[in-house]
Amino acid sequence: MNVSLILIILLVGAFATYVVGDKLASKVALFFSLAALGCSVVLLNHFLAGENISLINAWITQPKISFALNADGLAIAMLLLTVALTPIIIFSSFGNEYKIAKAFYALILFMAFAMTGTFLAADGLLYYIFWELALIPIYFIALIWGNGDAEERRKAVVKFFIYTLAGSLFMLIAFIYLYQKAGSFLIDDLYKLNLSATEQLWIFLAFFLAYAIKIPIIPFHTWQANVYQKAPTVGTMLLSGIMLKMGLYSVIRWQLPIAPLAAKEYMNIFIALGIAGVIYGSIVAIRQKDLKKLLAYSSLAHVGLIAAGTYTLTIDGLRGAVLQMIAHGFVVVGLFFAAEIIFKRFATREISEMGGIRIQSPKFTSMFLILVLASVALPSTFNFVGEFTVLYSLSQINIWFAVLGGTTIILGAYYMLKMFQNVMLGEANTKTFSDVTINEGISLVAIIAVLLFFGFYPKPITDLITPSLETILNVINKN
Amino acid sequence: MEMDTNLALVLVLAPFLGFLINVFFGKSLGKTVSGIIGTVTVVVSFIVTLFFFNQITSTEKAIQITLFDWIQISNLKINLGFLLDQLSVLWLLFVTGIGSLIHLYSISYMHDDENIHKFFSYLNLFVFFMITLVVGSNLLVLFIGWEGVGLCSYLLIGFWYKNQDYNDAAKKAFIMNRIGDLGLLIGMFILGSMFSTLDYATLQTAIAGATNLNIPLLSLAALCLFIGACGKSAQIPLYTWLPDAMAGPTPVSALIHAATMVTAGIFMVTRLNFVFDLAPDVQMIIAIVGGVTSLVAATIGLVQTDIKKVLAYSTVSQLGLMFLALGFGAYEVAVFHVITHAFFKACLFLGSGSVIHGLHGEQDMRKMGGLRKAMPITFWTMLVSSLAISGVPFFSGFFSKDEILLTAFHHSIPLYVVGSIASIMTAFYMFRLMFLTFFKDFRGTEEQKHHLHESDGLITFPLMILALLATFGGLISLPGNSWLNEYLAPLFTKVAGEEHHLGTTEYILMGVAVLGGLLGIFIAYIKYFKQDNIPESDEKITGLTKVLYNKYYVDEAYDTLFVAPVNALSKFFRDYVETALSAFVLGLGKVTNEIGFQGKKIQNGSIGLYLFVFVLGLCAIVSYIFLAQ
Repeated sequence: MNVSLILIILLVGAFATYVVGDKLASKVALFFSLAALGCSVVLLNHFLAGENISLINAWITQPKISFALNADGLAIAMLLLTVALTPIIIFSSFGNEYKIAKAFYALILFMAFAMTGTFLAADGLLYYIFWELALIPIYFIALIWGNGDAEERRKAVVKFFIYTLAGSLFMLIAFIYLYQKAGSFLIDDLYKLNLSATEQLWIFLAFFLAYAIKIPIIPFHTWQANVYQKAPTVGTMLLSGIMLKMGLYSVIRWQLPIAPLAAKEYMNIFIALGIAGVIYGSIVAIRQKDLKKLLAYSSLAHVGLIAAGTYTLTIDGLRGAVLQMIAHGFVVVGLFFAAEIIFKRFATREISEMGGIRIQSPKFTSMFLILVLASVALPSTFNFVGEFTVLYSLSQINIWFAVLGGTTIILGAYYMLKMFQNVMLGEANTKTFSDVTINEGISLVAIIAVLLFFGFYPKPITDLITPSLETILNVINKN
Repeated sequence: MEMDTNLALVLVLAPFLGFLINVFFGKSLGKTVSGIIGTVTVVVSFIVTLFFFNQITSTEKAIQITLFDWIQISNLKINLGFLLDQLSVLWLLFVTGIGSLIHLYSISYMHDDENIHKFFSYLNLFVFFMITLVVGSNLLVLFIGWEGVGLCSYLLIGFWYKNQDYNDAAKKAFIMNRIGDLGLLIGMFILGSMFSTLDYATLQTAIAGATNLNIPLLSLAALCLFIGACGKSAQIPLYTWLPDAMAGPTPVSALIHAATMVTAGIFMVTRLNFVFDLAPDVQMIIAIVGGVTSLVAATIGLVQTDIKKVLAYSTVSQLGLMFLALGFGAYEVAVFHVITHAFFKACLFLGSGSVIHGLHGEQDMRKMGGLRKAMPITFWTMLVSSLAISGVPFFSGFFSKDEILLTAFHHSIPLYVVGSIASIMTAFYMFRLMFLTFFKDFRGTEEQKHHLHESDGLITFPLMILALLATFGGLISLPGNSWLNEYLAPLFTKVAGEEHHLGTTEYILMGVAVLGGLLGIFIAYIKYFKQDNIPESDEKITGLTKVLYNKYYVDEAYDTLFVAPVNALSKFFRDYVETALSAFVLGLGKVTNEIGFQGKKIQNGSIGLYLFVFVLGLCAIVSYIFLAQ
């Protein structure tokens, strides 16, 4: 048994979904996404039992490109994040009407396929292909099924597409350069390269451009808020829940170990950039009028902290970053889903037109509040575990990094509670807010359950990712 | 050991179970059952606490329980675990004891509220987090409770969520607390990196065994921890949330914002006494902050007209006195005052709740008066508690406050004076409250007058118990013969007992304090009984009174200094910086476009030009190769 099975399920699922037609598409897509989740859990068990589920197959001989998938603990954690969120995201869209539904759901599965590939790929070019493949479905999802004025949407989406594509091209150049040196794209060969400091700096920067745009790190974030707002919620969830983690994951997997000298030399600058994102994102979020945009900026703030954690080059920083990636993935999907639930009832995303929901739907309010509290990293939620670990790692580099990064716990509480108050509390809204449906409830409860369970017991994930992170740190510190 | 673990789990989880039941089934269970479940679960915790108390007093051995690994950090391993020792059990006694009484009281007080089951679920959740805070065996478990009680405080201040002013108050409380929490986190980071542990017991051993301690760094940690305490225990500069927190239902004010949660800061400092003892500079800061807070809050309390606001500022002021004691390393004295204060302040708040209840929501003392006859039990219990807080012998507050002032006298005369003035003011505003509320004629509407009545037994019973405790609570630590000091002695490195020989100085100071208290009461008597003054209506207030009435305009200052600039910055970022950055990226796109457009012109089909460029390029390459060799 090996890990390529998951990729096959997702890819076959995408085709099957398209073939069965509009009526059944959503159900078939859900089925395949759940099958992928089930298989991933089985694979996890095999992995934990010590079985090797990675693989290397020769693919193209000239230039030498391999179909190599590396399923270490870190990759499996990201795989699980992807295949756990995909069914939730698909299920959350049940009850919505989409034109050409078969294409819509096929694209979701295809995107899950590409993102999974990105997390697993152990060959630079294969990785690059998956990385770019993931962009195509989200481009169409946002363009065709998005909301708002069509022309404005097209502008925002095309800008996003070109921007990220342009950034990634620098990464491609870096890979080609590395291939020239190593004669292979295999990650282990790239790890073994002895590059000079100057070479590393250029490689590091080329990677950085690709990742900084994807994650995004300020000031490369300008595509984000608009696309998050204009994409359909499913697209926003895919982007914020999983896709931006591709960038963060790649920092750990590719950028740091391939160019460790540059990473060490300029560590403080990149940590500072991440923290600047925390403060900037939080402050911009305070005065947002559109709920989805507010969540977009809060996301900017959170990933800034995660990025800062990765650049500490310490086990705590990396571990905290990965934990926080997973926690953030769940909470942000939950929050965007909540925004969608409100939109379905009030037909607006303007915060000023909301309010008075609590009196109409206490259940939804409780669930929304738990998500808000997880987002502000209240202890006993998963997000606290990640945030605490990252902040601790920052404090070990420089106490001021922790203080400045820590402002997120104040500013985050400020904009999130302000939003909660304006969206949920107050006198009853003139518009009726019908209670959450069972389907909606299932998705929200699933997310909340994950956030609370790992809030108290993150050990399984910590144990899963720690060995791979230590291996990567060894590569980073080999010189 | 097994049994201890199970009992400890019952202790912690009983209120949590109450929370779950009320959340999921509260509505269908009905108002009374919901309240009974809420109360019984806390009583269960109280009974378990009594068991542990008995065990601790007989064996004098702390019980350490580890459940499982929680957060893993390279040099830190953080468990979810409990520590039941003298300090935590003592705290549990009054948290669960007073908690039970207040739950009982709430069954009646909240009976007309349609969301009473929500109220009890939040109250239970609060008790759960408060117990977690107290029994945690390391700082991070304390932090779960610490932020958890903050959350419950947020939920309960904003309990009547239709009112956006209340929601503002709730939000303010949460955010101000989080400013403190950042301090607490940073303090933890420093301690963690210095000693590789956040576990109390291990930390104490590590510090005791350390050679070459980095005292400046340790002091920084202590200072950061104290910032955390300032947030939770409402000390300058993070105190302004507490008076606003009175927006919550009165039982909440009694339980959370007087007796228990706000003492968390004092608990934490006492818990980490071995850290603070090594940081005398920080201790000095704590004493000064405590002293100044006690005085500033007392001055504001002098002129407030809302009965709950008076009590709120009084709470801030009394907490200040406790920090004054902490600053001088007199932990047992601070703890003593925490306990007596919990008794009399809970009683005062619940009494004010009884009054408010009787007047159908009226909180303005200008519209009260003469309630003595209609509400005798409320009156007598509040009177007893007022005597206690004013330091009249031999009520509980007399002993505890006296010890604080004695301690202050031995360390710093100016702070002793500050504390004494605050105490005189306390006596004054408390009796101002009593005279305005209970004496002379009723100043409310005829309608209200008609309905005046004593509250029912569920309300008066807790009042009477608390009044008894407020009267006799001082017995736990009599000067020269203190049960409390002996009980707590194992916690502190310093030898206790040296400061408790009663000499002439002590008796003189005691006399001065008593006279001061009586003076305050006397002035209130002259002003509000003899002369029958009623505080002026809001618009007529002028001069210094106006400044005090408006709380020195600190809220306004914070708004101008912090909230407004952050919001302006947010707007600036949103409207300008974001647009500019976006334009820059689009500009890059345009430049690329332009290059393409200009480049297109070169490809104009003229073979001559192509050939020219080709030859030029060839020459360049050849000469490069030639020169390179």
